Amino acid sequence: MLHTVNKSPFEKTTFESCLNHARPGDAVLLIEDGIYAAMKGTAMADRIAGMNGELSLYALGPDLAARGVDEGALLEGISVVDYGGFVDLVAEHDVTQTWL
Amino acid sequence: MSADAQVPESDDRKKFLYVNRRAPYGTIYALESLEVVLIGAAFDQDVSIAFFDDGVYQILKNQDTSGIGMKNFSPTYRALGDYEVTKLYVEKESLDERGLSPDDLMEITYEDEDDDWEEKPSIRVVERAKLSEIMAEQDVILSF
Amino acid sequence: MPYQLNGTVVEHDEEGYIQELDKWSKELAELIAEDEKIEMTDEHWEVVNFLRDYYEEYQIAPAVRVLIKAIKKSMGKDKGNNKYLYTLFPYGPAKQACKIAGLPKPTGCV
Repeated sequence: MLHTVNKSPFEKTTFESCLNHARPGDAVLLIEDGIYAAMKGTAMADRIAGMNGELSLYALGPDLAARGVDEGALLEGISVVDYGGFVDLVAEHDVTQTWL
Repeated sequence: MSADAQVPESDDRKKFLYVNRRAPYGTIYALESLEVVLIGAAFDQDVSIAFFDDGVYQILKNQDTSGIGMKNFSPTYRALGDYEVTKLYVEKESLDERGLSPDDLMEITYEDEDDDWEEKPSIRVVERAKLSEIMAEQDVILSF
Repeated sequence: MPYQLNGTVVEHDEEGYIQELDKWSKELAELIAEDEKIEMTDEHWEVVNFLRDYYEEYQIAPAVRVLIKAIKKSMGKDKGNNKYLYTLFPYGPAKQACKIAGLPKPTGCV
């Protein structure tokens, strides 16, 4: 399953809930304000590291760029995708859960 | 045992899950979700609803909106059975985190056509891991 | 044109559904029925009252298939069927009967 999250983890519990319900092997794509979860040194960093590579984590490049977040500021293991990559992720997974 | 096992696999019905994670009156999401469920029920699909995080507040007992000038739509959840929506999954952890128990929820039932119209509970309290499993089984997930 | 009844005016939407549900009365129902070219009989009232009770309990006007099933359960299969209800309300039992009952348009009518 692919999950997309578009809320900042510091404003809403959406990302936390997504992590609580995702299953090993799922992919999580961070978009819009969701990308802040992908940054190094935040209060979420340990939570993400604790996933132990069970999930594939992605962040949408244009949303990073729009918010002035450099790829170098992201946690290890986060892959940056463009819109084409977003489409590929949706196509690769049977079902997409859009966390709002 | 559970009703979801009775859905025939051979037909072309898809499994639809409506995900509710928000409390009822502060935003329009809960009401919109309920209306979409009722409209979508006309399409004869295998529909389930999940309530977790603040979504569990949608089905608390004793809602009375007379003081806030909004329509109390909580009685409408009890009509879901008439629309053949009979699987309402409520996450146990979400109840626990909010100090709630299943007794705090409305009684929502359906009449089982295949079992001499016996009245059965629609609400199934499930643990988080089970809910994840249910989500993974769906063809379509609609979040509100 | 809003419905006019004993000097009071009751607004409705473009399809004839009244806007304020508490403005409903039996007399208004007769007036709406007249607009719909329906002469209200006991059988019509039975359905209209059933819908009003359903709305009171669940806060929605049921879709037609839901209405038929519910009527079948409470009044038996002689009344809980398409033919009987369409004979009473030729333009759709849910839509016409709801309008006369002073309820909103049915939820889930596609």
